[in-house]
Amino acid sequence: MPKVFTQIVVSLTVCGFVLSPALSWAATNQAKTDQAGPKQSAKARETRAASLSAKRAARQAAKQAARQSGPGTNVKNASSGPIVPAAEELKVLHLLNRITYGPTTADIERVEAMGVDKYIDEQLEPQSIQLPEAIVKYTNAPALKESPANLFLSYGRDAFGEMAKAARKKGPGGGTDVAVKKEIQQLLRDNYQELYGQTTDARLMRALYSPRQLEEVMTEFWFNHFNVSIDKGLDHLWVGSYEENAIRPYALGKFRDLLGATAHHAAMLFYLDNWQNTAPNRAPLRPGQKNKKFAGLNENYARELMELHTLGVDGGYKQADVIELARVLTGHGIVSKRSIAQQPAGMQSKFGYSFDPNRHDFGDKVLLGRTIKGRGVEELEEALDELSKHPSTARFISFKLAQYFTADEPSPVLVSKLASTFSRTDGDIKEVMRTLLKSPEFWDSRNVNAKFKSPYRYLLSSLRASHATVSNTKPLLGFLKLQGMPLYQCQTPDGYKNTEKAWLSSGGLLQRITFATALGANRNPAARISSVSTDEIMKVAGVKPTDKTGQVVASSPRSLQISLLFGSPEFMKY
Amino acid sequence: MNRRDFLKAGAMFSMSLMGIGLPGWAYGGTKSLEGKKLIVVFLRGAMDGLNVIVPYGDPRYYQNRPTIAIPPPGQKDGVLDLDSYFGMAPALEPLMPYWKDKSLAFVHACGSPEATRSHFDAQDYMESGRPGVKVVNSGWLNRILTQLPETNSPLRGINVGATLPRILQGPVDVASYTPQTAGKRSALDMPVVAEAFGKMYSGRNDALSRAFEEGLKANEMLTEKLSKEAVAADKGAPLAKSFKGFGQQLGKIFIDDPKVQVAFVALGGFDTHVNQGAGKGQLANQLTGLSNGLADLAAGLGDDFKNTVIVVMSEFGRTVKENGNGGTDHGHGNVMWVLGGNVGGGKIYGRLDELSEEKLYERRDVPVTTDFRTVISSIAQAHLNFGPSSLNNLFPDFGQNDKSLSGIIRS
Repeated sequence: MPKVFTQIVVSLTVCGFVLSPALSWAATNQAKTDQAGPKQSAKARETRAASLSAKRAARQAAKQAARQSGPGTNVKNASSGPIVPAAEELKVLHLLNRITYGPTTADIERVEAMGVDKYIDEQLEPQSIQLPEAIVKYTNAPALKESPANLFLSYGRDAFGEMAKAARKKGPGGGTDVAVKKEIQQLLRDNYQELYGQTTDARLMRALYSPRQLEEVMTEFWFNHFNVSIDKGLDHLWVGSYEENAIRPYALGKFRDLLGATAHHAAMLFYLDNWQNTAPNRAPLRPGQKNKKFAGLNENYARELMELHTLGVDGGYKQADVIELARVLTGHGIVSKRSIAQQPAGMQSKFGYSFDPNRHDFGDKVLLGRTIKGRGVEELEEALDELSKHPSTARFISFKLAQYFTADEPSPVLVSKLASTFSRTDGDIKEVMRTLLKSPEFWDSRNVNAKFKSPYRYLLSSLRASHATVSNTKPLLGFLKLQGMPLYQCQTPDGYKNTEKAWLSSGGLLQRITFATALGANRNPAARISSVSTDEIMKVAGVKPTDKTGQVVASSPRSLQISLLFGSPEFMKY
Repeated sequence: MNRRDFLKAGAMFSMSLMGIGLPGWAYGGTKSLEGKKLIVVFLRGAMDGLNVIVPYGDPRYYQNRPTIAIPPPGQKDGVLDLDSYFGMAPALEPLMPYWKDKSLAFVHACGSPEATRSHFDAQDYMESGRPGVKVVNSGWLNRILTQLPETNSPLRGINVGATLPRILQGPVDVASYTPQTAGKRSALDMPVVAEAFGKMYSGRNDALSRAFEEGLKANEMLTEKLSKEAVAADKGAPLAKSFKGFGQQLGKIFIDDPKVQVAFVALGGFDTHVNQGAGKGQLANQLTGLSNGLADLAAGLGDDFKNTVIVVMSEFGRTVKENGNGGTDHGHGNVMWVLGGNVGGGKIYGRLDELSEEKLYERRDVPVTTDFRTVISSIAQAHLNFGPSSLNNLFPDFGQNDKSLSGIIRS
């Protein structure tokens, strides 16, 4: 088996490649803005109207907050009271902390030069930013590029079909040759490791070094929102394909497209068992056939599709709706071995999706009070249209984004603003993000350095800040596992939380300090840091020499200073 | 007066009004509570209680589950008979000795009055102990600690795992310990490192600095305790590879530190929508690991077993009927397990009615006939001497008055 973890040397200097094209793009953009001058007053009126309606909505939102659907909703609202804008000198750091995986000094200088607004606009158009070759190569790995069917055939059990066949009746006493059986097990494990290595390398290297940082952050956000896990059966073959084809292309696109893509990818259909979801009382395909696997409804995906992916748990659906949506979803499954050869091109082959009319319930359904005419595959499109347009969905998604990007208990005013952009733009994620990043709530001084980093963000931000050269991602994955956030291994469909409550624990904090100490002393087996000064890390951590942390650092041995900064209370937050 | 003192004073006050004779440690000193422990094992994903404690005497059980029902006692992979009506899944066989010596009890058709079928809401409610209320800042196991005497130990409460679960969040600091690193050296074992970080985190009085101090204290203790365990592990005992390992480790920590009062561990893998199996299979494999771990824990506790109550619970049960894929979907009522040297065991508490459709909740699920808070309250009363005020703090909007479980802890 080829080894996955090839030695790679990429450092943050790759960002240098990007600097010039990005800057020239920014210049073009500036020209466009200038031309748009006369329209400004109309735009200002629009903005004011929007802010008025947002205020009205906010009042309602505050009332709703107690029973509102937000994950871990808490009415005790830290952000009540008037907004105090963050000080100018903190703005660049705050922005980089939130829309990237942590600033480097080079980033700070660059954004200071171009201005926060231009940087936001640039990050919202990831296609405009050129990707360095050193990163592109990770995206060509089979785990990301091959179709689910091909991955199944070349990496799954079937890849060893001949071997298994040959071993049958070859063992002592006429049974299966146990040694060969064990060898196959080992080869399979190697295959899974290989695919996992490709997928995690591609994720971590891009998160660390891609200049399209917001795209990386959004990809993680949406993967987590539409979570699947390698721990569920065949998904260990498909997680890479899922993220690359069903999540990443839509991370700043239309929510409806994202929802549709996840609903048609084999990884999701397998993870939430829908591939077996079958019309109840379906006549057997062959007389006398008993099929335990495909014998009736399975509510799993239907429920999570509404509870976690769209409406939110208090979004207004009932158990009856779960059953109706499960009926809509009957027959939507995974390409079978038999039908791989006749797979049409496009989404079906790329996503490993297949619709089996024989298992579909063709009766009419009533979802959320509306009748969906039974007619086959289009019913799902109609249901997804309805769900993605539903006001509960706008609100639920807006809450999650606001919580992720601003505060554990986000401002209800902001949530309403986002929800109204979501509804107005037909679920355009880019526009929702633009509203968010340009809102006064985002820039509220109380949000600066106020969120506790998830393990994933903590890891990445320390490596980015220290210009680390990552030679082996395995120890990094080990750290994430230790911290309770193993990559692609959140078993439950709700994904990982991103609040302080979820991640701050005594044991976890000590592990971070141990990690920081090793990284700062250049004793981390995965990553080497080079030529980074204490002052630089002070700057990215937002620590001033007069702060308590600054004083302790100054009075400590030089060899310990960077470790102390990475383990400081300030660096635990962002 | 801090919050904790306030609560205790409140407890004392209300009891003094009611006169002597009511249970309550606040009176009788803490002597009777010496060494009392409560361990909660939470099965995330909704364990299928009907295939754990099986009503094999009800023919409807078999009608509803043609492929996944566990056969009656005496048949291949059949249930282990408990009382000629209920049987225990064969995977629970390691716990049979405890049933026989009456230190294992079950409460059937038990659950939350809030009938959500969302895993996440249901777990949240069951851990906060306030079903239906979303704005709760503490978990009930932490609130139990607020009502117990302080032991000046950083290990009053132990969470097994990297992140602090809802049930243990609250005013009392709790040590999180990850079996993978417990007992291993950390950077903070180096004095120069510990001193610098100590200075940096001191005097801030925020959640981070508290976590730091708590972690440091717990780390010291665990390192000392578990290094002994690690030696033993080298001789062949697997350390923390499975729940079996956790069971041994936890038992060890409890024995070595009599000041530990509560512990919590969560296990996943119970959301069996597909191909769950019957006497053998997916669910049985999970249950076997769990039962072995519990038996190890019970044995590891030694004499302390009589001072310990172990509760096994899950957010809700699963559908009575099997679904189209040899599995079960989200349901309602479930079974809780109660294990301990002083448990009034060998008995099934609660009331599971016949599984006829008209008697089921929404014609599909086991109806809840016992509130899970009744189980916890009964244990808190009899095992931890909670009086009315402490109980009110534990489950504020409950008002426990169900006496049907009073025998679940022997007096």
